[in-house]
Amino acid sequence: MKNFLAFITVLVLGYMIVVSLDNNEAFPAYGEADVSSRVSQAFIDRSVTEDPGDIIFGQATNLESGPANIVTAIVADYRSFDTLGEVTVLFVSSLGVALLLGGKKQKRLELNFHPNFMLRVGSRALFGIILMTGVYIAIHGHLTPGGGFPGGAMIASSMLLLYLADDEFRAKIKGFKMLESFAGTAYVLIGLTGLLLGGYFLENLLDNGVIGDLFSAGIIPIVYVLIGLKVGSEISGIIDNFLTEEGV
Amino acid sequence: MLQYAAIAMLMLGLYGLLTQRNIIKIIVSINILEIGLNLFIVSVGYVEGGIAPILTSDFNNNGLVFVDPLPSALVLTAIVIGVGTTALGLALAKNIYQKYGTFEIDEMGEE
Repeated sequence: MKNFLAFITVLVLGYMIVVSLDNNEAFPAYGEADVSSRVSQAFIDRSVTEDPGDIIFGQATNLESGPANIVTAIVADYRSFDTLGEVTVLFVSSLGVALLLGGKKQKRLELNFHPNFMLRVGSRALFGIILMTGVYIAIHGHLTPGGGFPGGAMIASSMLLLYLADDEFRAKIKGFKMLESFAGTAYVLIGLTGLLLGGYFLENLLDNGVIGDLFSAGIIPIVYVLIGLKVGSEISGIIDNFLTEEGV
Repeated sequence: MLQYAAIAMLMLGLYGLLTQRNIIKIIVSINILEIGLNLFIVSVGYVEGGIAPILTSDFNNNGLVFVDPLPSALVLTAIVIGVGTTALGLALAKNIYQKYGTFEIDEMGEE
């Protein structure tokens, strides 16, 4: 009976959503979105403050926002303040996990099997490759798909691999906590420097360079690498909290 | 069509939230709901024949047809928040299991 009531509720709600979206002037059909009438066109043309004209990859200089990846331009430049809030949410949640699961004396959770030599050595060889891929993705966030968040998640997944493949492995979690606080503090300090020298929070003070270069887009690669380090160390801390328990 | 599939996925997650009594299944339901919502937001920005909103040496000017980058940026935020809430929920579930020895809400506190 309860399941049936839930089914009816869900069906009615879904029907209401579909009806309200169908024949709705403001809501385009799938694949027929008109980007040029949306606010996103200003982000694509980098024309929020003034129109720079045509943007050619490898030639355009001194744009208001330098990354070749437009999603990065939105996440780490136009809406960088929102990203600061997002990183804060992740920090609060990792703090919550540490409060719930962390005790005074922590020991490693025992695995059901004893990993053999091949598994331990092979996972350590893979660890370096995965870690370097994560760092690469974080550094190239303003040029290619990816960025600080996927790169950080990849760094954390390399730590998870070591935890799962070796029953005696324990990361130096104090180092991660230091790295996390350093990255978070540096992000806020960069924002405050922009506020002091440029007039508003996270103002891009460095030269934007040529669009498409690795060293371009001013502070955005720096901020995104800091986000990558912070996300990576936070998720590694969460993994460590889940895979340890109280004891000697 | 993808938009309706995403709404169906969202409703599936909501159904799971309303009916399941197991903590792990509730967390899985929240994740299904969240993925459905993310798919829906991304599908709103899709343009037929559009390319990913990244300038490269092959697609090198801003006059090309791009898909809308703003929903992708919003979903990037939503995914990270989802990871945070899931981690917190699983931490609570682990503590509850240590205290009661079960994940079923109905069996808790019966002894």
